Amino acid sequence: MTIVQATETLPGYSFAYLDEQTKRMIRRAILKAVAIPGYQVPFASREMPLPYGWGTGGIQVTASVIGRDDVLKVIDQGSDDTTNAVSIRKFFARTAGVRTTDRTPEATIIQTRHRVPETPLQAGQIMVYQVPMPEPLRWLEARETETRKMHALEDYGAMYVKLYEDIAHSGRITTAYDYPVMVNQRYLMRPSPIPRFDNPKLDRSPALQLFGAGREKRIYALPPHTPVRSLDFADHPFTIERWTERCAICGADDSFLDEIVTDDRGGRQFVCSDTDYCATRVAAGHRA
Amino acid sequence: MNRDSPVEPVLEIDGLSKRFGARWALRDVSFDLWPGEVLAIVGESGSGKTTLLNAIAGRVTPDAGTVLYRAAAGKEGGGSAADLVSLSEAERRRLLRTDLGLVHQNPRDGLRLSVSAGANIGERLMAAGARHYGDIRARALDWLQRVEIEAARIDDMPATFSGGMQQRLQIARNLVSEPRIVLMDEPTGGLDVSVQARLLDLLRDLVAEIGVSVVLVTHDLGVARLLAHRLLVMQQGRVIESGLTDQVLDDPQHAYTQLLVSSVLQL
Repeated sequence: MTIVQATETLPGYSFAYLDEQTKRMIRRAILKAVAIPGYQVPFASREMPLPYGWGTGGIQVTASVIGRDDVLKVIDQGSDDTTNAVSIRKFFARTAGVRTTDRTPEATIIQTRHRVPETPLQAGQIMVYQVPMPEPLRWLEARETETRKMHALEDYGAMYVKLYEDIAHSGRITTAYDYPVMVNQRYLMRPSPIPRFDNPKLDRSPALQLFGAGREKRIYALPPHTPVRSLDFADHPFTIERWTERCAICGADDSFLDEIVTDDRGGRQFVCSDTDYCATRVAAGHRA
Repeated sequence: MNRDSPVEPVLEIDGLSKRFGARWALRDVSFDLWPGEVLAIVGESGSGKTTLLNAIAGRVTPDAGTVLYRAAAGKEGGGSAADLVSLSEAERRRLLRTDLGLVHQNPRDGLRLSVSAGANIGERLMAAGARHYGDIRARALDWLQRVEIEAARIDDMPATFSGGMQQRLQIARNLVSEPRIVLMDEPTGGLDVSVQARLLDLLRDLVAEIGVSVVLVTHDLGVARLLAHRLLVMQQGRVIESGLTDQVLDDPQHAYTQLLVSSVLQL
């Protein structure tokens, strides 16, 4: 599938569902977030026509930055075809009348949950992440007043306690997703529940990356080319996941693989989690 | 000790006052704390002991007075004195996790119960910038042994420790950063007497060994006599008597101190 032209838009609704005042409010929050990379900006999150936890933060951010000329791609766990991705894509096709696509290079806005596309992002693209829990310090401090103060004072040493615990109990850092990062050597940030495989893609990305947490009412951002460093120890450096297998469809050895159970006799295979990357490789003649 | 430079107090407290509504919790409290000295503050409940400790630790903002802290020569800001009351929040926090320690009466207030003993000890090191897992673990192991906890328990949760072990772990967690001053609020409260005795022995050894200064708040005169070089007696927010521990306890001058000393159970 390449670019799909929207057929009809819903009469009686504002462009991209949200009213203009709300979009201006969210844009102001986004501007502040871009000005202070990694800092969580509070915003007046709205009720959306889907439950919290289904991407209300990401949808509000997308609705506020999308224009008539944009081409939207939505992925969930790397796939364009899962329920959540299809619903959100159709939502914007109907409320904004924008064109949609599966192809990473064709998209101007990519809303995502749990993955960053394997195809490198380009300047001018906007990544929108759906964030369930924006506060990286929440596990050790329940009070919002205190975590804000810790951010203000750059009081982040206790965050290493978590990594220490991983190594003490498992011999290595076992945090596999939502792996904490330091943004521009200043703010500690949760990258949303992407696998740590994707963390290096955040670092100095040419795309603008926006993070929206609807239930927690926070927006934060990584402007293009922002340095993003994953926390680690000198003797236990940050590493990404590796597989001994290759993708069973396209043969890729450089992409994040999902394990698929194929029958009830223990049969299984590994395939690319990014369906567009896999399909593009197959179209180019790659085979397992 | 360098003979050219006279020894200066690590802590100079001057005119410290704090009111809660109409009640004075602290009223014009002044004293000095010298390097390696253990100073006990005794008095009944409500006499202002804990407020004084909290004011030094920056957990309570006093209405008047200064708390001058002098860092060790050679350390960051060494030699010069800083007023902990007027210090910026960032600076105060840095001092609180490096140069100052605070041992709570209830170890649950001073420990992170959801992480292992080793992580509890290592936290201050990591907060101060230690980023080498092997080094942090080695220091944690060393301190576990110094507070007489088996090395094999380094990865156990503090919740599985006995009350005495939790208190020793809390002490290790504070001493690992080699602070100049440790503030202790009833460190032996809630422990049975045999465990208390072992903890007191341990504290006395550690204090002598690393030369840390201690402000010890207690209502137990026995603990004060065993640990403290000097004693302050507080009543209704004022210091009513001070002096060498043995001197105050053997020859109390103030009527209230006499009452306090005569109230101790003799076995």
